[in-house]
Amino acid sequence: MGHQPSQHIIEYKTLGLVFIALLAMTGVTIAASTIDLGKLNVWVALLIASVKGSLVLLYFMHMKYESRVLWLSFLTTVFFLAIMISFTFWDIAFR
Amino acid sequence: MKASVDETGKKMGMWLFLYTEIILFGGLFVLYAVYFSRFTADFIQGGKQLSLFFGAFNTVILLLSSFTVAASITAVQKGQKKAAVMNLLVSILCGVVFLINKYVEWGEKIHHGIYPNSDTLTGMSSGQNIFFGLYYVITGLHGLHIIIGLILLLVALFAVSSGRVTASRFMLLENSGLYWHLVDLIWIFIFPLFYLVI
Amino acid sequence: MKATASFFETPEPARFKGILSWLITLDHKRIGLMYLFVILFWFLLAIFLGGLIRLELMFEGQTIMEPEIYNSVFTLHGVIMIFLFIIPALPAVFGNFFLPIQIGADDVFFPKLNLLSWYLYILGGIVAIISLFSDGFPDTGWTFYVPFSISTNTNVSTAVFAAFILGMASMLTGLNFITTIHRMRRPGMGWMQMPLFTWSLYATSWVQLLATPVVSITLVLVILERFFSVGLFDATRGGDPILYQHLFWMYSHPAVYIMILPGMGVISEIIPVFARKSIFGYKAIVISSLTIAIAGSLVWAHHMYTSGMSDTAVFVFSLLTFIVAIPSAIKVFSWVSTLYKGSIEMTPPLFLSLCFIYLFSVGGLTGLVLGAAGPDIHVHDTHFVVAHFHFTMFGGTGFAFFAALHYWWPKMFGRMYNFKAAYIGAILLTGGFMFHYVPMFVLGLMGMPRRYFDYLPQFAQGNFYAGFGAVFIILGIVIMMINLGVSFKRERDAAADPWGGTTLEWMTPSPPPLHNFVGEPVVDKYPYDFTRVVAKHAPGGQED
Repeated sequence: MGHQPSQHIIEYKTLGLVFIALLAMTGVTIAASTIDLGKLNVWVALLIASVKGSLVLLYFMHMKYESRVLWLSFLTTVFFLAIMISFTFWDIAFR
Repeated sequence: MKASVDETGKKMGMWLFLYTEIILFGGLFVLYAVYFSRFTADFIQGGKQLSLFFGAFNTVILLLSSFTVAASITAVQKGQKKAAVMNLLVSILCGVVFLINKYVEWGEKIHHGIYPNSDTLTGMSSGQNIFFGLYYVITGLHGLHIIIGLILLLVALFAVSSGRVTASRFMLLENSGLYWHLVDLIWIFIFPLFYLVI
Repeated sequence: MKATASFFETPEPARFKGILSWLITLDHKRIGLMYLFVILFWFLLAIFLGGLIRLELMFEGQTIMEPEIYNSVFTLHGVIMIFLFIIPALPAVFGNFFLPIQIGADDVFFPKLNLLSWYLYILGGIVAIISLFSDGFPDTGWTFYVPFSISTNTNVSTAVFAAFILGMASMLTGLNFITTIHRMRRPGMGWMQMPLFTWSLYATSWVQLLATPVVSITLVLVILERFFSVGLFDATRGGDPILYQHLFWMYSHPAVYIMILPGMGVISEIIPVFARKSIFGYKAIVISSLTIAIAGSLVWAHHMYTSGMSDTAVFVFSLLTFIVAIPSAIKVFSWVSTLYKGSIEMTPPLFLSLCFIYLFSVGGLTGLVLGAAGPDIHVHDTHFVVAHFHFTMFGGTGFAFFAALHYWWPKMFGRMYNFKAAYIGAILLTGGFMFHYVPMFVLGLMGMPRRYFDYLPQFAQGNFYAGFGAVFIILGIVIMMINLGVSFKRERDAAADPWGGTTLEWMTPSPPPLHNFVGEPVVDKYPYDFTRVVAKHAPGGQED
């Protein structure tokens, strides 16, 4: 029943650039871990990981060209994951 | 019965499945978050005992394998069957190397007596026991997913080389690729959380 | 009327006959019926076990079984009822059978995956049975709380693995339904033309999809702890046993909405049909289904007020719990408003639905007593809790299951049952239910703990009443089942639309043909428009 959406082709060049960016950020995150920022370190590491993850998601997994349904549902999943972790801290942080 | 094949629907099903995988690992990340906040100093101590070289090397080869999987899809879309097969072969090779590295890494730790319920580990502080416990559980589950991903990539490889996957019908490859990327995505978070804690 | 062969005569794939035409079928209707028979088997078994519990508790001291056996019996009763009956009951049976028909599709999106889910469900059941006959009956209760589940010598690993497999079956069903609803709706059926049962399944499926993996990983961790003693939940090794409870309820609280949401969907179908009146607040019901799914994921720790977690968490989760009451109340108000000034035609499905509204409301309101942290600390782990969740799970989902069974029976099998016997069964069931569970509220407030083998003399009277009520419950269910079973002796002569329904399943013969419809079904602009039905049945509303 569904119509085939026009398939978007991601060029090798784009993929290559994304790959280089990912490698660069791996270097950055290793470098960042050598600087002692106290409690900030883990947040910096997570931030860089999130950016890397977003690149994989958007280009390698083609999320950039997907429908709104997939965007929404993916964000819902991430939201639920965030709830799982953060709401547990209502207990852990105040015990 | 099947009037037309709904490729978008198949992809959607795969994504929904990936959500369950994200939450599956999410449960373990809840544990990580809680224990990290409780035993920060021990986690830093534990992280220093892991080999940064192995971690970084594995990160790079997983990124490379993800890139080649994505490239193989581009190749299929462009009708370049040979390039697609080559790219997939590189990915599979990378996955195997990853597993070998993990095997060496685990083997070395176990050789030093650090494994769940070992005398050495239970003799360490509670925080380190938890750190290595989580390390084994999370990387173990991740390794299992690498193996499943490799099987899916192999299936896709056969489908591409036999011509079942074509420029107009490549959902089998796309879905196997999505799974592989997700495994990579999870590793992107595992890497700093274990190897780079400070 | 019977020009087309039903799905009973035309197997899919067509080359298989007899039992094989069922066991490897890809037809969603046959898979739904296969679920029905297996689920009924488990249900009756668990009812029997529940009866044994009440019989044991009917008199002080040991009555019919040893304390250890008692522990295993209530564990089994819980595990079977939760994982093998309530969670799959409505989605797997009626969802499978009617979801594709209600949206005008010829099957679910992934028919093979659907069959795989059924086999996983069967496998889970078999593994659960195996866990019984090796190394002793599991005795942890259905919650598998650490540290006991890790240290007990009974075969918890196998039982936990069974729950893991059943979780996978449930997850894949959810995945299948979401994709089906997104991709296979007939042209003309927009989101706001979808029947409410389908809507409730959509919300349920999301909860199944996003919450079940949490319990999967938690159960895997229990198995890992048992085999490798990692220590993640072991306080002597730095682990935190309360985290197990967090992870467990992160799934298991949303799971109660997996159980009740489809039930609410069934009631939302039945009420307007027999009130001959459009459902009150269609959009409000849709939104409340989604709100329940979301808000239900935010409140898990209200099961843990006495676990030793922080007071801040007790406060926050108690506050959030009250939010869930709002969408549930919206639904109850909508059902009652639908009945208001409707031309009500009393039938067994409507009767059971009315019982549902009453019992579910009591269950929901007593839930607020438990959701408020203050009173909960008094009644936590007492029979009050037992009564509360039986009112919602049995009085709610269970009654919705019976209502659905009576509502869709003629559509599924093409045979009508005897109304009188159905009423007698339903009345016995409801009466017995009240006699059974109301004393438990009182016992709980008096302080009688749950899951105990024996009790103090002051609890004797209440327990005796409860055991007495159990007899009527079982009698009611037996009559109901026999009545439905006897209908197989009748002619297959049910009309396509015996009730005057307006959703698409009533636009096709009973039972439906293999591809669900004869010709192209026409989708109405609004699924609950009864003007045609009322005109047909006017003026007295007499038909059949």
